[in-house]
Amino acid sequence: MLVHSRAGRRAVQVLFLVLFVPLFAVPLLVVLAASFATHWSGVLPSGPTVAHYRAAGRGEALQALTTSLVTALTASLVALTVGTWAALAAAALPRRWRRVLDALFVLPVAVPSVVVGLAVLVAFSQPPMLLNGTRWIVIAAHTVLVTAFAHQSVSAAVVRLDPAYEQAAASLGATPGQVLWRVRLPLLLPSLTAAAGLCFALSMGELSATMMLYPPDWTPLPVLIYAATDRGALFAGSALAVVLMTATLLVLLVVSRLRTKASYR
Amino acid sequence: MTRAPAAGQIEPRAGQLMPQAEQFEPRAGRLRSRAGRLLWALPPVALLAVFFLHPLYLVVQQSFRPDTGGTSLRPYADVLASTAFREALWTTVWLAMASTAGCLVLGFVLALVIAFVPFPGAKTVARFVDVFLSFPSFLITLALLFVYGTVGMANGAWTDVTGAAEGPFRFLTTPWGVLLAEVTYFTPFVMRPLLAAFSQLDTAQLEAASSLGARAPRIVRQVILPEALPALAAGGSLVLVLCLNEFGIVLFTGAKGVTTLPMLVYSKAILESDYPGACVIAVVNVLISVGLYGLYRVVSRRAGA
Repeated sequence: MLVHSRAGRRAVQVLFLVLFVPLFAVPLLVVLAASFATHWSGVLPSGPTVAHYRAAGRGEALQALTTSLVTALTASLVALTVGTWAALAAAALPRRWRRVLDALFVLPVAVPSVVVGLAVLVAFSQPPMLLNGTRWIVIAAHTVLVTAFAHQSVSAAVVRLDPAYEQAAASLGATPGQVLWRVRLPLLLPSLTAAAGLCFALSMGELSATMMLYPPDWTPLPVLIYAATDRGALFAGSALAVVLMTATLLVLLVVSRLRTKASYR
Repeated sequence: MTRAPAAGQIEPRAGQLMPQAEQFEPRAGRLRSRAGRLLWALPPVALLAVFFLHPLYLVVQQSFRPDTGGTSLRPYADVLASTAFREALWTTVWLAMASTAGCLVLGFVLALVIAFVPFPGAKTVARFVDVFLSFPSFLITLALLFVYGTVGMANGAWTDVTGAAEGPFRFLTTPWGVLLAEVTYFTPFVMRPLLAAFSQLDTAQLEAASSLGARAPRIVRQVILPEALPALAAGGSLVLVLCLNEFGIVLFTGAKGVTTLPMLVYSKAILESDYPGACVIAVVNVLISVGLYGLYRVVSRRAGA
């Protein structure tokens, strides 16, 4: 306890609320309120309606939601596989090589995602791999971007693994494959699910690389939200944003339930 | 030679660890050759090379190839001489630095209150911060459009109260709007490592300082701040890099007056189809960001984060 007097504590808490509520709580509430409105010219929105949600549940918007979900799921699964593989392989390497591998895999975090988009666009607009104009170019870019995060969080967990378990398993005659599948991966499960949630959330909200790459028939939800706000349809855009947030949170909730189950096993 | 074990190779039943004296092979998994281990690391690296490293190399290559043909420094000369680029570079750098400073101050104050002046619901607030991190950045700009936009909440309140035709808040399409959005969005990135660091701080230190007569500001300055410095450094440099690379917030602001380097890459490549120019800006942006990110890694490793 830093502040002992009751008045002082009250003052600090009021300061906290004055900073926290307008900056963090209000923006999310405002988007939620706007998604149910048609006008906002006073303090509060007016013209309550659910028409934006009805529009968000069909046609282009529904397709964008499935596009986003499919992209995020594919990208997360591939990123998790590649990132975990790289983290496990790096852990077995000598120190110098491990550093090189780690540096290579975190590079996409530091490179601006717009540049990742540009690079993927430049590379896959020419033979031998002509992906431009297909959905695969979007999925490839998302995978590159989130693999870095998957690798980072899994390799942090690999370092903390107690080697006694795998040594015990190996000394009892388990093959390297069995050690991996029955000992190391189950021990890593909590961090794997955490990484999966992170990758999914990032991919669902990814806009920068997507704006460089998306073909007309594979428009993820963030692009559609941008298109809506760009043409002035702010209220329809908010409804789409709420759909995006809800979908992300629902998947994260499922993933975190998996995680608590895994950690109690 | 070792191969990656495919899932199908391990039969569920055979996977049970049977202690058999004859098969006793201590550390069977460790006796692989060095070459074998390197080979193990090859598939993910190959994928990274095809989908990231080689494309990045192509960007660098393209930045030396003007549309007129041949290989030259022409694109660099053109871009570096243009005022649009210089303005974008300056805007990017000062916005990122100002946002980082704002995030550090705000994040420190908020984390301090959550950790050391706890109130009912502080845990919920800490969890809310985590949720906040999983939302895309452009949502903040979208929200600010309703709060401070030309017909938003703040201006609406002003016109209601004063009866004026227009409200006074029109900073949203200026760099200040981007600054506000970036500070809002990135402050949780500073708060998270700080809260982690504060949770490891022994409160006995605070009690001791307090019982020796130190008041709250002095405790913050002399006990808490030194402990928080590594987390502040790590969080701050991460936010600096993320701000340099931020695109969604600037795009949603829709201001013609605010152009940052990522925005310039986008408009050159997609709107003007000037790929060599876009690649030059991309190279500059990557050099700045990767340099700073390298610094971040060194700092956070030293801090043990």
